[in-house]
Amino acid sequence: MAQQKAIELILTRQLASYLVMPTFIVDADGTLVFYNEPAERILGTRFEESGELPADEWSTVFRPTDADGRPLPPNRVPLMIAVAERRPAHADFWIEGLDGVRRHVGATAFPLMAHADRFLGAVAVFWETAKP
Amino acid sequence: MNVTLWGTRGSLASPGADTARYGGNTACVEVRGSDGTVLVLDAGTGIRRLGRALPPDIGRVDVLLTHLHMDHIQGLGFFEPLFAPETEVHLWGPATTLGLRSRLARYLSPPLFPVHLREIPRLVLHDLPAGEFQIGAFRICAGLVCHPGSTVGFRIATGQTTFAYLPDHEPALGVGRFPLAPEWTSGYALAAGADLLVHDAQYTASEYAERVGWGHSAFEHALAFATLAAVKRLVLFHHDPGHSDADIDRLVRDAIAAARPAYPVTIGAEGASFALG
Repeated sequence: MAQQKAIELILTRQLASYLVMPTFIVDADGTLVFYNEPAERILGTRFEESGELPADEWSTVFRPTDADGRPLPPNRVPLMIAVAERRPAHADFWIEGLDGVRRHVGATAFPLMAHADRFLGAVAVFWETAKP
Repeated sequence: MNVTLWGTRGSLASPGADTARYGGNTACVEVRGSDGTVLVLDAGTGIRRLGRALPPDIGRVDVLLTHLHMDHIQGLGFFEPLFAPETEVHLWGPATTLGLRSRLARYLSPPLFPVHLREIPRLVLHDLPAGEFQIGAFRICAGLVCHPGSTVGFRIATGQTTFAYLPDHEPALGVGRFPLAPEWTSGYALAAGADLLVHDAQYTASEYAERVGWGHSAFEHALAFATLAAVKRLVLFHHDPGHSDADIDRLVRDAIAAARPAYPVTIGAEGASFALG
């Protein structure tokens, strides 16, 4: 068959495109396949410009750090936890987008499990906890 | 492969003088292979006449359900091969956290129906989606599509031809400017390059605007989807019970004039047959 995302991912993207909460969607490999307009404001770049990003790329491009500016290890990034361990996760951290602005955010991520135990990826919702 | 439409109406059987030409029976399509394999797609009220037309010595019939909304299963209990002791009926349909048997038993049991599912003599049930599978000469792919509840569409291929069946499908749901790229369009993988696509075309644009999320397509969505998928021929299906034959003629004529598709478009009519390959 021709290439097409799973319907669950398509519907999640459609939902995300209507939400005002910054929302990120990754596939089962951890590739960032979509983020919505509110997320664009946090990240400082439009999805149409960045496109899909592999896990090792988006996690460094968006540079999640702790309060002291130290890079967060993958096992403390909710979206990475949701993909690697297939469980929900929440954390507060700092993120520096491509616009160079450092923002304090809270993030909650959960895995997308489909019929017959298919793991499709994960979703993370961000809240900006302190305005820059 | 030969494809015959036995029921083309959506939502509710709608017999009457003003629907006689395109038909009032709900969804049912027969797919017959050159090796004699018979697939029945959906078990709407159209399946009753199909059951009576099948040879008594057919041996095996496979009924593939896209989903379990009433207009797609209401005829099941009136499908004569189901009660023929010498005929094995394989029933394929989408599961959720409940299997097909449990889901279907809600309809095929009292008080909605006098016969229990367990009383049917030679019935084999298969949960979908099951990836790709083979029935006789047909390679079949069942893929989940955008429609409320667990709903699949089918891509049915032989070595020579491909038929895609998406009778209940709302690929435009939540899409600002339909369609998006193919990879983000529900049903694309099932329909891509098909020789024949039978697709939901229930609403006008204004009707769709008032029924977003109900799981169906406007005429213009069906045409845009078929264009994106680069199908060779489109059959419009799942006619709204409120549309008369004359309404459908007029609405489709207008939609085609606006979309100017590069492939032939046919209004699905009961009894119509399409030979592929």
